[in-house]
Amino acid sequence: MLDKELRSMIGDVKDGRMDRRGFIQRLAAVGLTAPLANQILALGGVAMAEGVSTYKPTKRGGGGALKLLWWQGPTLLNPHFATGTKDQDGSRLFYEPLACWDPDGNMKLVLATEIPSTQNGLLAADGKSVTWKLKPGVKWHDGKPFTADDVVFTWEYIIDPATAAVTVATYRDITVEKVDDLTVRLGFKKPTPFWADAFVGATGQILPKHLFAEFKGSKSREAPANLAPVGTGPYKFVEFKPGDLIRGVINPEYHMPNRPHFDTIEMKGGGDAVSAARAVIQTGEYDFGWNIQVEDDVLLRLEKGGKGKTIYAVGGDTEFIALNFTDPTTEVDGERSSIKTKHPLFSDPAVRKALSLLVDRESIKKAIYGRAGRTTANFLNGPEKFVSKNTTWEFSVEKASKILDDAGWKPGADGIREKDGKRLKIVYQTSINGPRQKTQAIVKQACQKAGIDVELKSVVASVFFSSDVANPDTYAKFYADIEMFQIPMSQPDPAQHMRRYHSSNVAAKENKWQGTNFPRWINKDYDATIDAADGEMDPVKRVALYIKANDLLFQDTVFIPAQHRLKVEASANTLRPVISGWANETDNLFDWYREE
Amino acid sequence: MSQYVLRRLLIAIPSLLGISLVLFVVLALAPGDPFSELATNPNVPPEVALALRAKFGLDDPIYLRYLHWLNAMLHGDWGFSFVSRMNVDTLILQRLPTTLYVIGSAQILALLIAIPVGVYAATKPYSLFDQVANTLAFVGFSLPTFFTGILFILIFSVTLDWLPFVYTTDIKGTGIHWLAETIRQAIMPVAVLGLFQAASMTRFVRSAMLDVIRLDYVTTARAKGIGQRRVIIKHVMRNAMIPVVTLIALQIPAVFGGAIVTEQIFRIPGIGSLLISSILSNDTPVVMAVTFVFACLVVLFNLIADVLYGWLDPRISLR
Repeated sequence: MLDKELRSMIGDVKDGRMDRRGFIQRLAAVGLTAPLANQILALGGVAMAEGVSTYKPTKRGGGGALKLLWWQGPTLLNPHFATGTKDQDGSRLFYEPLACWDPDGNMKLVLATEIPSTQNGLLAADGKSVTWKLKPGVKWHDGKPFTADDVVFTWEYIIDPATAAVTVATYRDITVEKVDDLTVRLGFKKPTPFWADAFVGATGQILPKHLFAEFKGSKSREAPANLAPVGTGPYKFVEFKPGDLIRGVINPEYHMPNRPHFDTIEMKGGGDAVSAARAVIQTGEYDFGWNIQVEDDVLLRLEKGGKGKTIYAVGGDTEFIALNFTDPTTEVDGERSSIKTKHPLFSDPAVRKALSLLVDRESIKKAIYGRAGRTTANFLNGPEKFVSKNTTWEFSVEKASKILDDAGWKPGADGIREKDGKRLKIVYQTSINGPRQKTQAIVKQACQKAGIDVELKSVVASVFFSSDVANPDTYAKFYADIEMFQIPMSQPDPAQHMRRYHSSNVAAKENKWQGTNFPRWINKDYDATIDAADGEMDPVKRVALYIKANDLLFQDTVFIPAQHRLKVEASANTLRPVISGWANETDNLFDWYREE
Repeated sequence: MSQYVLRRLLIAIPSLLGISLVLFVVLALAPGDPFSELATNPNVPPEVALALRAKFGLDDPIYLRYLHWLNAMLHGDWGFSFVSRMNVDTLILQRLPTTLYVIGSAQILALLIAIPVGVYAATKPYSLFDQVANTLAFVGFSLPTFFTGILFILIFSVTLDWLPFVYTTDIKGTGIHWLAETIRQAIMPVAVLGLFQAASMTRFVRSAMLDVIRLDYVTTARAKGIGQRRVIIKHVMRNAMIPVVTLIALQIPAVFGGAIVTEQIFRIPGIGSLLISSILSNDTPVVMAVTFVFACLVVLFNLIADVLYGWLDPRISLR
């Protein structure tokens, strides 16, 4: 039904009977919006909307110095070696992709001239290839012309396994060919509904062939340009001190008119989030502070009479509590939490249901995340068109107790419930991080009221998130009953995010715990849904499949979402930064300016 | 004398080898992985982290990795950082000037305060000046630098808006302006560190002076009618400074090592902040290099302190 309605709406937009804005609003009402709504239009035959620029200055330069504060400073400047988003952010000052994402999830063109669509013939109707037209006359900072060869080379560079590029997943299953000097065609093995992954956004930054050609593969570490980037971006590289400082100056030959606004740029690293917030909001020493994960009370206090403010960007990052479906206490063939075991308590769905009733998301929002959080029942919280409207959440100790009572879990002498000699005692682990420990405390308190004994465990982040095979405390080994963290969603599409919990990806000793399905949840229906969504070219059906996948996770209580987190940044009052929840902070840097 | 120095240097070799072995093994056994951040990124397939581990030789047995490291170190190759893929020596040299400037100034400030105050307090023990100096010294070394640092920031940056609290290495401008800015931004960190050092050093100078001032030769000097000023400076101070000089010599490696907490608070790009961020990101080659250089400096300055001792006090013979 949704399908038909949507098709007629797409027809209306095509014929001009409905405007694009109206279409997106209508979709939002059905639960579909932003980046994918635009892709739905693209696939429905209407070109994807180009993001509207809010850039006001009418001449290049004259904006003075832009001082950015990244409390974790970038440590390297090759985007394809980036160990974290901080390195992508730093590289993005100089390198550029073909297109990027604006705050609404619309595509913004950078080095391309046209957004591919079936209408302009650049997007194949079968979804198996997409063609990009490159902007003519673009020059690298050293004066060499930017051509299709650079794009093709970047792909070759990344897919060489000896290069060990971190972006390889985006590129290894595609082919990139040069059509002419200003045209490249990307080929996909199977219909690819989300074609805007390669060469778009932070992972799509294009490297100059003439500087990297000799350093492909095993020699990749030796390239001098790894530390002194030569890109096409709005700022030219001046100086780099890993972890401390990046400096750049205006690129007077930048390919966008009247841009950039600032004459110099500086990205300072080091310190902590609170003092970064202070340097931007309170003393105004810096113009912009990245990733200000600070308690809302503190931010509100700093903002009073300050020189800056906090700004928020909505993406899809969800802080969740994952439940272990295997037994973390029994060892089978040298591994605990083995897929051959069943969790003694959670194999009873009533216990899982009860737990989800005991996570007080509203209190977590009020006490911890404040303006930077939203409560949610869903594991998948963005892009909005993929967000399920079929789910609800509730906090009720009474209901949880009743469910447990009904399922035969009776309180023992010490108030802890038990059944068949099994006591409701669980270990709850997470990484060491202020908000996480507070969330643990809130959940533990509610659980105790309902007769569940919770033992809290916190692990240093560098250990918790490590892939160290010898360490028992990693999230992937999951030697606990429940664990909490978040997996960032780095692109406005859920495919990658949802595929992790396919049963073929179970984390186990045989794959050195590299499998991504760490809750070790197995559901044939989910597998079938994900497999179908991967090859589904019909955008509406695809949306429906991912909503179904989310609902399956919800029904089985695989994850208890604690909070949908927003990006928090600090900005000077006069600065007009453009921040998208679907992209790196520096992705729209060319559009930043200062209000006089 | 030269024989003594030579012997001490020879003894230093096995001890440095021992130190490097212990450091290496501890770092290798420590939990964590330099590529752990990649694991949380859904964009990065696990093979990449595995390939990087193999490429950087992290999967080899520990003894092989140690021998590789030792061999490279002997050839002057300090290795490269896993995190920034830059040579470790460039990384360290990049940060050394800032550390030397800030920590060195702090040490000088500490000496400039500690010696006059300590000496004067010792000449008039239990006077009002001594009592005040003592109290302040106690307060000074009881307050940790992370507390005084934040206090200074709140007073001088936030409330009064006099001084910047983010240390930058790229000050714009030249000549006087550059110099003034360089000094201005270092005032707070230098004061925080310097006052903390001065507090304990004052106590040390005072007690060293008191030990000497009671000796018979001082009474003799006074009986001969030599003025108070000359007695104190020429006869007492010279002898009292012997332990103080040793203390200072042993502090010098710390100047190179940086001050982890203070550097973090003021965002000073020094060795200390390099060390802590490398530890946090499990960048073992950098941690190894910084700690090992630090160990070498400690051994070296120990030797220098001993030699200085013999020179200051000829009664001590070095054999």
